[in-house]
Amino acid sequence: MVDTAALAPAIRWANSKALEILLQGDPVLIDVLPAKDLIPELKEHTILHAGPPIEWDRMCGPMRGAVAGVAVFEGWARDLDEAGVQASKGCFDFHPNHHFSAVGPMTGLTTCSQPLLVVENRATGNRAYCTVNEGLGKVMRFGGNDESVRDRLAWIRDSLGPALGSALQCCGGIPLRPLVARGLTMGDEMHQRNVACSSLLLRELAPALASVVADHGDLSEMLAFMGSNDQFFLNIAMAMGKSIMDPVRNIEQSTVVTAMTRNGTDFGIRISGLGDEWFTAPVEMPAGLYFPGFSAADANPDMGDSTIVETIGLGGFAMAAAPAVAGFVGAGSVAEAAGITARMREITLGEHPEWTIVSENYQGVPTGIDIRLVVETGIVPTINTGIAHREPGIGQVGAGVVKAPMACFEKALRALGERLGIS
Amino acid sequence: MRLMRSTVVSNQNDSPAIGRVCAELLQSRPRVINLGLAVFATDLDAQDVDVVHVDWRPPAGGDEDLARLLSMLAD
Repeated sequence: MVDTAALAPAIRWANSKALEILLQGDPVLIDVLPAKDLIPELKEHTILHAGPPIEWDRMCGPMRGAVAGVAVFEGWARDLDEAGVQASKGCFDFHPNHHFSAVGPMTGLTTCSQPLLVVENRATGNRAYCTVNEGLGKVMRFGGNDESVRDRLAWIRDSLGPALGSALQCCGGIPLRPLVARGLTMGDEMHQRNVACSSLLLRELAPALASVVADHGDLSEMLAFMGSNDQFFLNIAMAMGKSIMDPVRNIEQSTVVTAMTRNGTDFGIRISGLGDEWFTAPVEMPAGLYFPGFSAADANPDMGDSTIVETIGLGGFAMAAAPAVAGFVGAGSVAEAAGITARMREITLGEHPEWTIVSENYQGVPTGIDIRLVVETGIVPTINTGIAHREPGIGQVGAGVVKAPMACFEKALRALGERLGIS
Repeated sequence: MRLMRSTVVSNQNDSPAIGRVCAELLQSRPRVINLGLAVFATDLDAQDVDVVHVDWRPPAGGDEDLARLLSMLAD
């Protein structure tokens, strides 16, 4: 017989523990290393992807395009057509990034030779990984796969990645908690606006980069690449989010969300009290603004592991800190941006003590999503997102806002009820 | 907005007092708290009526099973 009177206090204790671990997270960007050196399971023909588990036959267009591109990039196929045939014959092993302490934006593909950013959570000792941001325009994370995309990936693998790794070792790593705190006061929300954090990072990294890259031409190219990419910090913020949330997993009876992610077909969440089980539902279409020449008819459903930043209280949860992004993603006025953050406070258990919002009298960003509050209030997480073209090989066509599907949270709540013997 | 659940207790001895309150309500300018659908508040506001809107909806969207589950798991 279940003692239902004891459940609420037990959940309260479990959630306070989860929130404590989350808020104490102390992420430091320490290195950039080849994926195969960080993830031993990442062998030839193994591809990690964004979102919950999915196989080739259910993958969306841009995900398939990126798979074909990365297979050619890794030398597993001579061209995109051959790569597609191989994929359809089951020649590749697909697994979620999340199963290997990793995350990836949009299609989020991670393969053995790609360099990965390494973020260490100094409070808990765990590490998390993410690929280096490729820049804007036609890129693999949005399904781009032509020669220019693959050449850029090769340059990141052979030049930029090793240089970044050496520079980070040279400077002893870059603490991210204070950097993000400063970025929030400068108008970033760390999902669709990373202008401030990318600039702050470059300012810290440039001297070390200059000391480890001997060739001035190479150094100039690297600084120009990072300096011209407003979203360079996004991938770092994602690895940071993963390093903060992984230690929150597996706290018995906790109702705190530890991961939200999407693969362009399904949206999936995990909650602390139910370990590594995924709760999925069909992913929704973003509502947003489109680049000239594109419209909603071109858009792919929502995609990417980048929702890890919302999971820790940034992105859409910190919309009030970034009024400029509200216009960019079509979310409306400054007042509406503040309203989105206010609604996220209704479904979260606490506020970050250092990541504060100036326009809200230095109130902390809302963090620690509780599935009970989501289901009770009917308020689902709001996510800022890029929008990929639904066809392979084209790339980004816009940016917008999307809602997490309520069904994920309802399924998780029912499953927790079953685990606790009260369903 | 999250609301605390409350209980209303009626008492027949209060009938004269309730009558006075009702009379006052009918004779004075209305002041309205609107729960749920915002359109009612919008219409009242357009008629220059004092109105406060509360963004409320039934717990779990009215799903009885989920609401029962929530009641056992909630603080």
